[in-house]
Amino acid sequence: MGRFKNLVVFMAAVAGSFSTIGVAAAEQGQPAPWQTTFQEAFSPVALEQHSFHDMLLWIISAISIFVLALLIYVIIRFNKRANPTPSKTSHNTFVEIVWTVVPVMILIVIMIPSLKLLYYGDRIETPDMTLKAIGYQWYWGYEYMDEEGLAFDAVMLEQDELKPGQPRLLATDNAIVLPIETNIRVLVTAEDVLHSWAMPAFGVKMDAVPGRLNETWMRIDKEGMYYGQCSELCGARHGFMPIMIRAVSKEDYDKWLVEAKKEFASGGTPAMKFAQVTPENAE
Amino acid sequence: MAYGSAAAHDEHTPSGWKRWVYSTNHKDIGTMYLIFAVIAGIIGGAMSVFIRAELQLPGDQLLNGNFHFFNVLVTGHGLIMIFFMVMPAMIGGFGNWIVPLMIGAPDMAFPRMNNVSFWLLPPAFGLLLISIFVEGPAGANGVGGGWTLYPPLSSSLGHPGMAVDFAILSLHLAGASSILGAINFITTIFNMRAPGMTMHKMPLFVWSVLVTAFLLLLSLPVLAGGITMLLTDRNFGSTFFVPQGGGDPILFQHLFWFFGHPEVYILILPGFGIISQIVSTFSRKPVFGYLGMAYAMVAIGGIGFVVWAHHMYTVGMNVDTRAYFLVATLVIAVPTGVKIFSWIATMWGGSIEFKAPMVWALGFIFLFTVGGVTGVVLANAGLDVALHDTYYVVAHFHYVLSLGAVFAIFAGFYYWFGKITGYNYSEKLAHLHFWVTFIGVNMIFFPMHFLGLAGMPRRIPDYPDAFAGYNAISSYGSYVSAVGVLIFLITVVHAFVRKEQAADNPWGEGATTLEWTLPSPPPFHQFNELPVIK
Repeated sequence: MGRFKNLVVFMAAVAGSFSTIGVAAAEQGQPAPWQTTFQEAFSPVALEQHSFHDMLLWIISAISIFVLALLIYVIIRFNKRANPTPSKTSHNTFVEIVWTVVPVMILIVIMIPSLKLLYYGDRIETPDMTLKAIGYQWYWGYEYMDEEGLAFDAVMLEQDELKPGQPRLLATDNAIVLPIETNIRVLVTAEDVLHSWAMPAFGVKMDAVPGRLNETWMRIDKEGMYYGQCSELCGARHGFMPIMIRAVSKEDYDKWLVEAKKEFASGGTPAMKFAQVTPENAE
Repeated sequence: MAYGSAAAHDEHTPSGWKRWVYSTNHKDIGTMYLIFAVIAGIIGGAMSVFIRAELQLPGDQLLNGNFHFFNVLVTGHGLIMIFFMVMPAMIGGFGNWIVPLMIGAPDMAFPRMNNVSFWLLPPAFGLLLISIFVEGPAGANGVGGGWTLYPPLSSSLGHPGMAVDFAILSLHLAGASSILGAINFITTIFNMRAPGMTMHKMPLFVWSVLVTAFLLLLSLPVLAGGITMLLTDRNFGSTFFVPQGGGDPILFQHLFWFFGHPEVYILILPGFGIISQIVSTFSRKPVFGYLGMAYAMVAIGGIGFVVWAHHMYTVGMNVDTRAYFLVATLVIAVPTGVKIFSWIATMWGGSIEFKAPMVWALGFIFLFTVGGVTGVVLANAGLDVALHDTYYVVAHFHYVLSLGAVFAIFAGFYYWFGKITGYNYSEKLAHLHFWVTFIGVNMIFFPMHFLGLAGMPRRIPDYPDAFAGYNAISSYGSYVSAVGVLIFLITVVHAFVRKEQAADNPWGEGATTLEWTLPSPPPFHQFNELPVIK
């Protein structure tokens, strides 16, 4: 990661960005100011994505710098003053073959780990549990498929509802509580328009499509809070239907299940909570 | 615009409004396209500045809680810049003006159809602008579905009002305009080349327009089909995209991107042609690897039709399907690399003169490379899961379009400005325009890579506070770019006020194509005797 960060900082300098870039000690599970790369990975798929991206960043940076260097060279060496008489060369079969074959070889180097990553991230054959996420305009509903009757909605907290330390636009009233070190199958669908269930720290993003039940998976490495946002344009409040996960140990998860079944079995349905948010939408 | 007197006698030259409204002259129509593109570009650009102003700081800056209006701006900016700025400028403007001149033809093959092509555009643009003031979702005005118009958000469920219908009819008119234009270009290029100009002697700009015309002809009918199905879903009770009726929203995405991916090559291919002409002219060398360059464009156009679903990696497609689209998409990097390296090889050994068009072309080559390599990153379906619908994608496609296609347009504009208007532009102002724009657009779009990697989704009117820093830089860059546009307008006005007569061939021995053998501006009808190419 170290060399990767150096490269990123270099690229930032190329772009003339401010020099205040220092990857701040990020709070886990959410973005940090001035960060130049992914949020820290807390799932095996995200880890694989990041290491593949690190490799790609080397390749694409090298290509960009190579092209830039060639451009600077021709600008200096072959400008009108330095080279008053142009050559008439317009063919060179050898270099033409080289700049066709070398990119093909680079692409093969990219393609093999890329296909591995694709199939690895696709789905899990042996899930330990299943979470179903349902997109609505503009909140998420969740069902714990293995637990009879455990379902709730999660609505974004407005600024005045935030507890200290909760990030604006990312925190919801109900957290999805999930156990760590568990293979979780995630089923995603939508009731009205398209949405997309995204959780950057786990490298997960799956579109919620009415009439379809999409499947992906994740395995959380560490306890803590994790945040994501709806990632498919879904109308006026698209920016305000975040996803909040609280990852806990397996024991705590079992305890939570008992409480949650009581809490969400009784009234006070989240749909009612959402109704309180609605007048603001009408603006 | 005064035409050269060389061919004034015996010519029926219409004047006044009839000259423009009834025009069948490829140069007048090209001029109207260019003016249209500038106007549309200013409107679409103003929308983007408003978007950046809203995003300059976290929280609600300008919207007053009307978050739907943000989506309307995002939608309008995308549609306007694609259909009413880049396409009219490149194909309608430069294509119409320059292709007949380059192939030694007196005019386009179907001059009256050319008139229809142009005059379909203003009503199309009008319908789109009207849609902003028509009810979309209940209680709000305008289309907020993004330029992709994905149902069910764009169907009667998400947008019960008529706004989407206006947008669909707008796209139908713009599409018909482009299809007619494409037929015209294909016929002209195949049949009206001067004696001796074989296909393999055509200038690369003509090749690029030919390939583009084929992409338009084959892809736009698919868009027309898709949005017509959306129209009947909305108004006549069909259920193509409604799951409750056995339809599927994903079907629309397949239809849309079967058009949409060729469309992005439609936007950039004429730019490739323009850059090839300019690099060759100012290096005073013939294009390196001419045949490779021509067939690289044909290959890009061909492969462009079989990679559409890389825009849909997260919709839940079968993993093997994604694997195919991953591989097919990566293949495009090969012909694109051939083009980049051939441009550099054209300059290699040359005697380069850094006139404004060349400076824009150099900017294009580097920035298009940066946009191209992030495209290689996004092509990887497994990694795209992390980047899809984030600002990384916004950065990528603005590097290839805003910093690619638009740089090519400005390069072509300065390259042919003297030929088209008969006046010289100011090199100083044009260089200033370049540097201000170069700094501005990089400030806007480079930080977006970081935002995307950190996970910031696209198309959101407010963002978590951690994203504030880069968003602020990006917004400042947008204001710098707006100053760039002002400098551009000043450069044009300055040239018209100064009225310094442009030479027939201001660029010297490097400019070998036929348009430079004519006066600046060319006579109303050129090539009364066809030139013979040896």
